Amino acid sequence: MVERKIRVLVAKPGLDGHDRGAKIVARALRDAGMEVIYTGLHQTAEMIVEAAIQEDVDVVGLSLLSGAHMTLFVDVAKLLKKNGLDEVLIIGGGIIPVEDVPKLQKEGIAAVFGPGTPTEKIVEYIIKNVKR
Amino acid sequence: MYDKKELEQIRKQKEEWEKKCYTPLIDKHPERKKRFENLSNNEIKQLYTPDDISHLEYLKDIGFPGNYPFLRGIHATMHRGKLWTMRQFAGFGSAEETNQRYKYLLSHGETGLSVAFDYPTLYGYDTDHPMSRGEFGKCGVAISSLKDMEILFQGIPIDKITTSMTINGPAAIVWAFYIANAENRGIQKDIIGGTIQNDILKEYIAQKSYIFPPEPSMRLIIDTFEYGSQYVPRWNTISISGYHIREAGSTAVQELAFTVGDGVEYVKWAIKRGLSVDEFAPRLSFFFNAHNDFFEEIAKYRAARRIWAKEMKKLGAKKERSMLMRFHTQTAGCSLTAQQPEINIVRVTMQALAAILGGTQSLHTNSMDEALALPSEKAVRIALRTQQIIAEESGVTDTIDPVGGSYYIEWLTDEMEEQTYRYWERVEKLGGVLAAIEKGFYQREIAAASYKYQKEIDEHKRIIVGVNDYNTDETIDIPLLAMDEKGEERQIKRLNKLKKERNNQKVQRNLEALRTIAEGSSNMMPAILDCVHSYATLGETCQVLRDVFGEYEEQAIY
Repeated sequence: MVERKIRVLVAKPGLDGHDRGAKIVARALRDAGMEVIYTGLHQTAEMIVEAAIQEDVDVVGLSLLSGAHMTLFVDVAKLLKKNGLDEVLIIGGGIIPVEDVPKLQKEGIAAVFGPGTPTEKIVEYIIKNVKR
Repeated sequence: MYDKKELEQIRKQKEEWEKKCYTPLIDKHPERKKRFENLSNNEIKQLYTPDDISHLEYLKDIGFPGNYPFLRGIHATMHRGKLWTMRQFAGFGSAEETNQRYKYLLSHGETGLSVAFDYPTLYGYDTDHPMSRGEFGKCGVAISSLKDMEILFQGIPIDKITTSMTINGPAAIVWAFYIANAENRGIQKDIIGGTIQNDILKEYIAQKSYIFPPEPSMRLIIDTFEYGSQYVPRWNTISISGYHIREAGSTAVQELAFTVGDGVEYVKWAIKRGLSVDEFAPRLSFFFNAHNDFFEEIAKYRAARRIWAKEMKKLGAKKERSMLMRFHTQTAGCSLTAQQPEINIVRVTMQALAAILGGTQSLHTNSMDEALALPSEKAVRIALRTQQIIAEESGVTDTIDPVGGSYYIEWLTDEMEEQTYRYWERVEKLGGVLAAIEKGFYQREIAAASYKYQKEIDEHKRIIVGVNDYNTDETIDIPLLAMDEKGEERQIKRLNKLKKERNNQKVQRNLEALRTIAEGSSNMMPAILDCVHSYATLGETCQVLRDVFGEYEEQAIY
């Protein structure tokens, strides 16, 4: 049997248009053999969760530079849980102050990758932590 | 630039030097890399000589500052006459907080203001719109109405100081807030000076804060050109921006080619409207990035000036004022590291120096903590001091274009110009700028360049100090900016109060009048000004235009 590829949804919540990081990560995960779906910009939490359900993903990667992560990342995490997607691994990246990281982890964002993270570190993290 | 005989000799001696000195040495001690290249992945030779620039003619291609083709600078005195404007991009939280930050910056020697708006404002939403959730005051200041604009500039002499506003989709409306505020303070429109970014093409290409589709967006922009040249003559109605293209991951050459190409596109649209080039072109301004490769950046600014002068001449400009490129520079936010943030001060210093040697008119230096959060007061002050040290202590401003005539710089300037024209040919083949945007050409070029850059870092082909080498494991210890938690609440209260107290019939009338104009083809600025004067909010005014024009959606490419 062919092993199913890890499926990742890379998403840009909110109004922030800074998509450089999200696109690099999307491409790096694809090059690492994962199935990547990129939502594009300006996604509400509802749109992201809907896409996660439709695409049957194992991982949701959220990217934000604007500073709205404490609201928007948490919105997505809560809505995923509400829809029974507890198994989905949620990770985040962007300009996230260090002191916010433990708070995000408490809300279900398993890991946060800041600027300067090598892409292979994200790949390794997903492979190690994906639940399926 | 050299006579044939002399060149022949230089060539000969260089060959000899390579044979006798250089090659034997690198056979014994190889150089640090097989191939040296700059950030645009162009190969850099070990040495440049007159031979590399022998095709240039001094009077035609280089010339004098303040004279066509403006390669050496746009003024005859450059920074000897007047230093660049020290203009720190700032904005966070509510109008009250940002007003305090402006006063702080001015008290520390800043010479111009630059407004950063939060995301809802950039998209033409009021703070209480559902899409604004979580974003209030995060990436800039929230400005939902003329009321907020009044508070933002309270106690600031807007008749004397110029203000740059980074706003694009709803630029016409936010500009109207600024004009209306001035008028209410008894300052005439023809007195105020400043800039609105108003560059929608780079939004589709890179920064992505667009609202409307390209055609109506271009119409709004040309409306501001027309209105500005008639009534607000000291205002730069556009700042054609490469900064964001670079931040999105482009190379220096792409930044140069795409930005100046966008400039030409705006001029063509304005001419098509029937405007006279020499009436609007003097108010076009530019905005570039200052990244890490020192000489490449300097060459980029110089090339930009020469290309622009040539192109404007081709487009029918007669006045020199229409051909000279004035630009603002910001050091590269994307080059800042979250690791060892203090070392960003050094990066910013070199980037700022490149911008100054490249002849910038205005400069923002980034704060060391910006890869972590919005900058703290202290970090901003150090960034401003960096400019002041270069201006007052380094001596680099004592002569004009001190790098001019360097074999390497002149060669690189020329090379970047060449590559720009090659990019333009590709865009032309795709059917022009708008067609290239729709086909995702720019977006693909930038995504590919940014991925390549990241891979080079991941694979240690490019060293970033503190990121993939020279690491420490110390914990980051810099003070971060704390925002007033009550700001959002205050802002929403203010909005509600405003909507109760204003003349709502008048607001509705003005919004309907704007709708009629938008559905037709007349200039929308007067109707927009009527709306904001009656305290219609940003969201309300923008919604009218959303209804008429629709909204743009992009094809996501990675």
